[in-house]
Amino acid sequence: MILDPMLLSRLQWAWVIAWHILLPAFTIGLASYIAVLEGLYLVTGWDIWFRISGFWTRIFAVSFGMGVVSGIIMPFQFGTNWSRFTDATANVISPLLAYEGLMAFFLEASFLGVLLFGRRLVPPWAHFLAAFMVAFGTLLSSFWILATNSWMQTPAGYKVVDGRFEPVDWSAIVFSPSFPYRFFHNVTAFYITTAFVVMGVGAWLLRRERAVDDARMMIRMALGLLVILVPLQMFLGDQHGLNTREYQPAKLAAIEGRYDTAQPAPLTLFGIPDDTAATMRGAIEIPRLGSLVLTHSWSGAIRGLKEWPADERPPVAPPFFAFRVMVGIAVIMLIIVVTGQFLQLRGRLWDATWFLRLCEFAAPLGFVAVLAGWITTEVGRQPWTVYGLLRTADSVTPSLTGGNVAFSLACYVAVYLIMFPTGIAFMAGLVRRGPRQAELEEPPTEIESGRPHQPFDSAARAAPPL
Amino acid sequence: MVLDLVPLWTILLALAVFYYVVFDGFDLGVGILYGLLRDDAARTTTMNSVAPVWDGNETWLVFGGLGLLTAFPLAFAIIIPAVYFPILIMLLALVFRGVAFEFRFKHMTLRRLWDGAFCGGSLVATFAQGVVLGTFIQGFKVDGRHFAGSSFDWVSPFPIATGVALMFGYGLLGACWLILKTEGELQDWARRAAGICLVAVLVAIAAVSIWTPLARVEIAQRWFSWPNIAFLSPVPIVTALIAFGEWEALRRRHELTPFLGAIALFLMSFIGIAISLWPMIVPYHYTLWQTASSPSTQAFLLIGTLFLLPVILMYTAWSYWVFRGKVSGAAGYH
Repeated sequence: MILDPMLLSRLQWAWVIAWHILLPAFTIGLASYIAVLEGLYLVTGWDIWFRISGFWTRIFAVSFGMGVVSGIIMPFQFGTNWSRFTDATANVISPLLAYEGLMAFFLEASFLGVLLFGRRLVPPWAHFLAAFMVAFGTLLSSFWILATNSWMQTPAGYKVVDGRFEPVDWSAIVFSPSFPYRFFHNVTAFYITTAFVVMGVGAWLLRRERAVDDARMMIRMALGLLVILVPLQMFLGDQHGLNTREYQPAKLAAIEGRYDTAQPAPLTLFGIPDDTAATMRGAIEIPRLGSLVLTHSWSGAIRGLKEWPADERPPVAPPFFAFRVMVGIAVIMLIIVVTGQFLQLRGRLWDATWFLRLCEFAAPLGFVAVLAGWITTEVGRQPWTVYGLLRTADSVTPSLTGGNVAFSLACYVAVYLIMFPTGIAFMAGLVRRGPRQAELEEPPTEIESGRPHQPFDSAARAAPPL
Repeated sequence: MVLDLVPLWTILLALAVFYYVVFDGFDLGVGILYGLLRDDAARTTTMNSVAPVWDGNETWLVFGGLGLLTAFPLAFAIIIPAVYFPILIMLLALVFRGVAFEFRFKHMTLRRLWDGAFCGGSLVATFAQGVVLGTFIQGFKVDGRHFAGSSFDWVSPFPIATGVALMFGYGLLGACWLILKTEGELQDWARRAAGICLVAVLVAIAAVSIWTPLARVEIAQRWFSWPNIAFLSPVPIVTALIAFGEWEALRRRHELTPFLGAIALFLMSFIGIAISLWPMIVPYHYTLWQTASSPSTQAFLLIGTLFLLPVILMYTAWSYWVFRGKVSGAAGYH
């Protein structure tokens, strides 16, 4: 078997970013949630906000720590495995990445210390400020990284000199055509993901009659947010789709499983894509629905992949199936949220054990949807790194051998398979411990010159052997 | 006329790298020393002395990397592939070390394992950074705009030696940080550790100062040709004076001076390397100007950087201020 450095580099990129993306998907929403809770606590002084915030802050600390270390790996991948991409695009996209570091990472890292360890060292308003800054930092981070990704998807504001991209118009580069859609679609997805986790954890606590007030408040807050965000997300997704049709028609064709141009176009619900024969096997289609959904008219045209040469087509199966997973989850989410709202209006939410159980199962759904959406958009961009301009094959580092990359990929796989399950187990342990007991055991008034003996969570575990 | 931003970016990048080396240097050094401590309470104190700040310190690594990528992208595209494995090892070591901060306190039964991850991760990450430095000074095989050597070019005596030397260098910074942040027996222990590391660091500085001019004729000419030798002779003299002052400060049980002295030693070494290599950024092939990104790119990031960097330094200083003073928990150590 011949080891192909490009294929292995792609696998390595996919592996490190797929794990990494799960953490922002959770921490961006959670940081905002904690900031809201801290704000409510600052204004009202009610203990319930303090307890819920403390509970989620401990979980946030673990996930954010994993997000930081897995995130530091990402920028170096550009150099280690994609040096030709770097050489070609750095003039245009590297400042966007650098701005992410400058604006977001420093903000998050500096204020995170105060948020986690500074409860007793700074006044309450400063603690709220720290929570707010961490949340703001995570949003800035999304802004810049999605600006970078959007430019790779729908490049604008550049000229090509000697095979390298040079900047012409920075606002066109930052606000490239797909950016506003991608940004709002992603941030909304992250908020929804977090809200489903909060609701699931609340349901889990409630079914065990643990910290009942706190659990009910979590469910109420999450449900209130989701009722707005889930339908909004469907609208945003639809708009994003229209944008993709305009700027990345080949990706849209792959998502739809459409090899032949059609007008009016049916909607392919399911089928088995066959790229070599350029045909869908066993396709189940609904006439005209494709045109209606994707062009918002009865007779709009959808271009098929056969309009592009074979070496400019993305593989169909990954975007086709991943997109269906994402949309399927959106529908399930909508059903859950509407059901929950209905039960709440009837005053039966707290008694509906079956619904609480459903919420527990639904907790990880957002993560699956985020990954599916990411596969849809990134594999759909292939065979390009900069859409239509720079091929993935021309992006990889020339000095790498297949063996080099196979080895590094194996290392990343091994380390992530240790780190992520451990982190998830720790977070599960924090959830099991619940909010109330830990907050009560922690002496809230004691002030020390340095900091608590352990960064946080000191009371929730046995004292260390001195 | 377009203003040449290369000198400004060179200064900014040099400052960022130096800041990273000093600040993540001391918390990596604390991690290395951590493994030599046997007492659990002392370990807890040691780890707590860096827990609130390590994350911010490590962020400068990202900024250094992205700064190089933005201001001198060709250098990034050649250097990083050349140190493919040292970078891989460093990143994975930083992963283990970073999560150990969170995991150690949450898992009593596996505490020993995460202790090992914290110390081993710090040690390996430091070694890998030293190897990157050594490979950088040694120079790269370049063909056009690509690195043309193999991914194992770093496996040679000089980079390995700088890797080991940096362990002692960061160990010195870490020990001086502990002198500043702890009291009693732990502080005495840190003082002894600082003394040992200082001797090793001075040996390493001397060795590199002899090795590099012998290995590269460009470096020998830079330092020993007339009139350079007259202008540059203060560098080794000042370094020697700082080394003597550092030794005295440790002997007289000062608390802050050793940390400042260690930073000064790093600064002199940094200046020494800069003098040897200037104006190369891909040693012996490309200068800073040849690898620079477009003026528009440098300007676009510079505007934000000049505005944001002071703000970042201000709130970084604030977070250090919040956690000022001795780390509590040392009482449990006795």
